[in-house]
Amino acid sequence: MSLQKPMMRGLLAKRLRFHLPIAFGLSFLAAIAFKYTVTEPRKQAYADFYKQYDAVKEFNAMREAGVFESVRPSGE
Amino acid sequence: MALLYCHDTAIYIQTTIVFEVRERNKRDYFLSQGLKNKNLDCILLEQLVPKATLPVSVHPEVAGSVDMSQPLYWDRLDTPLPDRAYKEVLTAADKSLKQKEKGPWSQLSKEEKIALYRVTFRQTYAEMKQPSAEWKTVMGGVFFFLGFTGLVVWWQAAYVYPERPRTFTDEWKAKQLKRMLDMRINPIEGFSSKWDYEKGQWK
Repeated sequence: MSLQKPMMRGLLAKRLRFHLPIAFGLSFLAAIAFKYTVTEPRKQAYADFYKQYDAVKEFNAMREAGVFESVRPSGE
Repeated sequence: MALLYCHDTAIYIQTTIVFEVRERNKRDYFLSQGLKNKNLDCILLEQLVPKATLPVSVHPEVAGSVDMSQPLYWDRLDTPLPDRAYKEVLTAADKSLKQKEKGPWSQLSKEEKIALYRVTFRQTYAEMKQPSAEWKTVMGGVFFFLGFTGLVVWWQAAYVYPERPRTFTDEWKAKQLKRMLDMRINPIEGFSSKWDYEKGQWK
């Protein structure tokens, strides 16, 4: 029974030829998916928030609630 | 891995096996070797074992210890060719087989090839891979100790832990939550963004 000589060389190269494109592809996909599911909505949320943001009004609301130490609520 | 663990502990045990020096003439022999001050019951076997002893690093069913300075034989899945052959002391039949092995192998019969294999190796890969019931012992031990740990934790909760801080009461937590909303914690995407400030309720 004479067996065929097995592959002795190039085993890592063969594996890399197959797996590296897949690895890079999946990584790019993951990055793109993250960008469009997380970062873009987040940027939009911040933009929308600050469109209608009145800093003075917010400050007064916080002051009345009594969270500041430098300014007490207007009643005191 | 279990095999490796057994192998290592077996080696460790074998190197520290005590040998009971029973016969008086052996004791006298050692005394004459200048070992008076040592505990004769705890001498490593090296001095008693003749050189022809075959160290096989399996479980210590074999009486005696292993000479760790010599190459050892072991059956391991990831070591196909151990440091030495299994049988070092060959019978006449084995020796003649070894001679025949030096010629063309096509002239060896199937039984002779198997016999040659068994000279060099103790177990085949199929035999090595045979499953054992060890996993049941392992899982049993794991669950037993998990259960014991549970009892220990229970006892600790009863006798060791101090009182809970006052910040854990519902009243304090409600005040804390209100203060976080007043401070507008994370108003864009986080905590305060979920609160409707006009209506005074969660969105």
